[in-house]
Amino acid sequence: MIGRVHSIDTFSTLDGPGIRTVIFMQGCHLRCKYCHNPDTWKIKSPSSKEYSVDELMKIIKRGKTYFEASDGGITFSGGEPLLQYKFIKEIFIRCREEKISTAFDSSLYISSNKIIDLLPYTDLILADIKQMDNKKSLYLTGSSNLLNLRNIELINEYGIPLWIRYVVVPGWTDASGDIKKMAHFAAGLSSVERIDLLPYHSLGMHKWEILGLKYQLQDTIPPAQSLLQKLSKEISAISGKTVFIQ
Amino acid sequence: MFNAWNDFKAGRWMQDIDVRDFVQKNYRPYDGNSSFLSSPTERTIKLWDKCQELLRQERKKGGVLAVDPHTPIGINSHSPAYIDPDLEIIVGLQTDEPLKRGINIYGGLRTTLKACQAYDCEPDADLLDFFRLHRPTHNDGVFSVYTDEMLLLRKAGIITGLPDSYGRGRIIGDYRRVPLYGINYLIEAKKNDLRWLNSDMNPTSIQLRENISGQINALQTTKEMAVSYGYDLSFPAADAREAVQYLYFAYLAAVKEQNGAAMSIGRISTFLDIYFERDLSNGLLDESEAQELIDQLVMKLRFVRHLRTPEYNDIFAGDPNWVTESLGGCGSDGRHLVTKNSFRFLQTLKNLGPAPEPNMTVLWSRNLPHSFLEFCADLSINTCALQYENDDIMRPYYGDDYGIACCVSAMRMGQESQFFGARCNLAKLLLYALNGGRDEISGEQLGVEMPVYNQEYLDFDEVMRRFTMQMEWLAEKYVNTMNVIHYMHDKYAYESLQFALHDTEIKYYMAFGVAGLSVVADSLSAIKYARVKPIKNENGIISDFLIEGSFPKFGNDDERVDILAVDLLKTFTHQLKKHPTYKNAVHTLSVLTITSNVMYGKHTGTTPDGRKKGEPLAPGANPLHGREENGALAACNSVARLPYSYARDGISFTFSTVPSTLGKSQEERINNLLALLRGYFVQDAHHINVNVLNVETLREAMEHPEKYPDLTIRVSGYAVHFIKLKREQQEEIIMRTFYKRM
Repeated sequence: MIGRVHSIDTFSTLDGPGIRTVIFMQGCHLRCKYCHNPDTWKIKSPSSKEYSVDELMKIIKRGKTYFEASDGGITFSGGEPLLQYKFIKEIFIRCREEKISTAFDSSLYISSNKIIDLLPYTDLILADIKQMDNKKSLYLTGSSNLLNLRNIELINEYGIPLWIRYVVVPGWTDASGDIKKMAHFAAGLSSVERIDLLPYHSLGMHKWEILGLKYQLQDTIPPAQSLLQKLSKEISAISGKTVFIQ
Repeated sequence: MFNAWNDFKAGRWMQDIDVRDFVQKNYRPYDGNSSFLSSPTERTIKLWDKCQELLRQERKKGGVLAVDPHTPIGINSHSPAYIDPDLEIIVGLQTDEPLKRGINIYGGLRTTLKACQAYDCEPDADLLDFFRLHRPTHNDGVFSVYTDEMLLLRKAGIITGLPDSYGRGRIIGDYRRVPLYGINYLIEAKKNDLRWLNSDMNPTSIQLRENISGQINALQTTKEMAVSYGYDLSFPAADAREAVQYLYFAYLAAVKEQNGAAMSIGRISTFLDIYFERDLSNGLLDESEAQELIDQLVMKLRFVRHLRTPEYNDIFAGDPNWVTESLGGCGSDGRHLVTKNSFRFLQTLKNLGPAPEPNMTVLWSRNLPHSFLEFCADLSINTCALQYENDDIMRPYYGDDYGIACCVSAMRMGQESQFFGARCNLAKLLLYALNGGRDEISGEQLGVEMPVYNQEYLDFDEVMRRFTMQMEWLAEKYVNTMNVIHYMHDKYAYESLQFALHDTEIKYYMAFGVAGLSVVADSLSAIKYARVKPIKNENGIISDFLIEGSFPKFGNDDERVDILAVDLLKTFTHQLKKHPTYKNAVHTLSVLTITSNVMYGKHTGTTPDGRKKGEPLAPGANPLHGREENGALAACNSVARLPYSYARDGISFTFSTVPSTLGKSQEERINNLLALLRGYFVQDAHHINVNVLNVETLREAMEHPEKYPDLTIRVSGYAVHFIKLKREQQEEIIMRTFYKRM
């Protein structure tokens, strides 16, 4: 089996606990307006690399000494990694044999049976919430958020640890109502261990230009630290969860 | 038995000089955390203020405050000097004023003159005449023997940084012997050695006898120097303060006698801790006084100065002295060697602020207590002023009482020494292999003469065949050049005091070095895995390359290319070993460039990996800037593949990152950094510099150096003040990967 990989970062401390090897998978069906990796969208991109399960495992295993020292592991990100869930499943099964902790970071805008298929081999899920408001989600990402939210509830039922990730885009996702709704939603999920607020940044803008795409957020500026602090407190108060600003 | 030894546990060290035995019998490992530490005393703060004012003046004057061009510096050449005698509890300076630099002529008269002229002064005419007419220097000796070929090698820059016109350094006197035994005892021991020597007179034994006599004189002179400050070093130090003071006098005598590039202090903190513990338990010292002693010692170590030429500063930027102190590590009985004094040394980075000197080197071991590692990691993240080396792979070679000379060179304290050999430029040598031994820049025939490579594409086997022959040639020249240099250094600029603080019988290493390892590995990889078309210039010299296709690059944890780097080290080490060395020194090799990779790159043509003419090589064993595609651990893993057994003089790797990459909270950053160190070192990697900073800080410091007088960052094996670097070196550091994912 072959996986299409956009890139690999062997030293991440932000995509799950400890030191993690992050595999960014190629391909995404969402079209988030703030996306900083639009080069991962097309599943068949000349810049992506193909790996067999063995090839990728060889790379992953080279991180073992660091994973053991930090309680780290691997995280699939993307793109939307679950578009290649069969490949990921193979890797996760092999990681179980190697006692390497597994995680994926997904939008969860994806059919539930694919997720259920992966859950027995997954130690942690970083679940994106793009927008609680369905109409806004449609406009922001190109897709409805119904699957996204339903999948989070599903994972919660299975009792797999969840970290919610929420990108704060001024004017797009920071409306008080949306934030509160998200916090209330998280409050009802016992598997949610923490909520990460990811401040929007414009560092991906040049990639849109290179790809000949029109970037619509050129006037959006990254959220101020004070706003992030305020949101963090608000979310924490409602949800009772720990909130981190990345 | 001296009274000064009361309360110490007896052992072999009482019968013979054996500092290791003293340490092992008496030290108390400390497993606790840093909460016992003290902030600086009032006296320390006042004194450090004065020091900082002097340092400010030094910076304002372009880096050199004052020069004494008239009095050749020696152990007792200058009258005592103080920064403020009312505030100093540890005394002693190199010349008659703080930060004033002396001239050390024995290394080379021309170099001394050039250095003086750079700072608008000139030695007395009589003095110059004396050296010109009556006293050849090390430099004179070397150049009277160098062959034409050796001169050409030097000029072309295939071998550079040779210590043939100043002190070779990299020798660590066991300065602990002076406080433990007192100088009378050491002199008696040397006299005894002299009596026991075989009376057959041949060049070797005659040289040794002369050397020992010189050592005895140097010990005597050190006593006289101390007397001028009101101290008698005849007998052992009786308490902590005396121990620190005596030890510092011994080191001071060494840096007065010698201007070696690297003058490490050795492994003193745990040794001194024994004295501190004794005084603490007898109620003679409290924690604040203990810290004060270390703070004041460190201040003195930060004030060591040598007069250098502008050319020297081009290679070794930032006016470094590599006053390296090795902290931690583990004993052969499994007990770690961390004591409270290991913490106190590191605490100076907080009490006095971060600085590159002394060069704090943590000997990492699986057995180090977590609390100590946490303290180190916290300091690394906040100051960048620490380097880490793998005690677990060095201990089998050097035992548990070795020091680090310069950045990464291990040697047993008082028993082993090294002949420093700078480094050769392997990237340039690869171009010689393609150009039939002609220099790619000057066109001069230097290496083994062969036809210039004439096929359309470079063939790996053919290139390797040529390259191996050129390596063979260079290895022979390199060893012989070193033999000349160290013979002459012993003859004209012998380090009497430092060797007086060694056993009479010494094991020597001859430390060779390579620069450009990753560039050569990548070049060979390009030739092997892509197609590389050489392009000749109008003189028929290959000066550019067309690369078709992609190839694995060093630093991405890709065995295909990493193994090429490993093979290079093995081949070159074997080739060096074919040639006998002066004093039968053991051949060792380092992968370390410090800042000289910029300079080497400047003098190296375009390489087959696509690096353009004049662009810097990567520092030490680092991947070339921007070539790591898979993140920091992949780079660590590539470097960890390089076998220490084939590069016993050290493999230097610089890891630069920004705080946010290490984690969100300081606690997370500390844990992740420690995990990174552990994951790296358990794979038998040798060394890592940790630079935690952000690009913005560096940019800002370039534009407004006055705002960042203390910004210290590590480059290869040592820390430098960023603002003392030249602009292109600053740019180079910024260019180095910041491992920050966008």
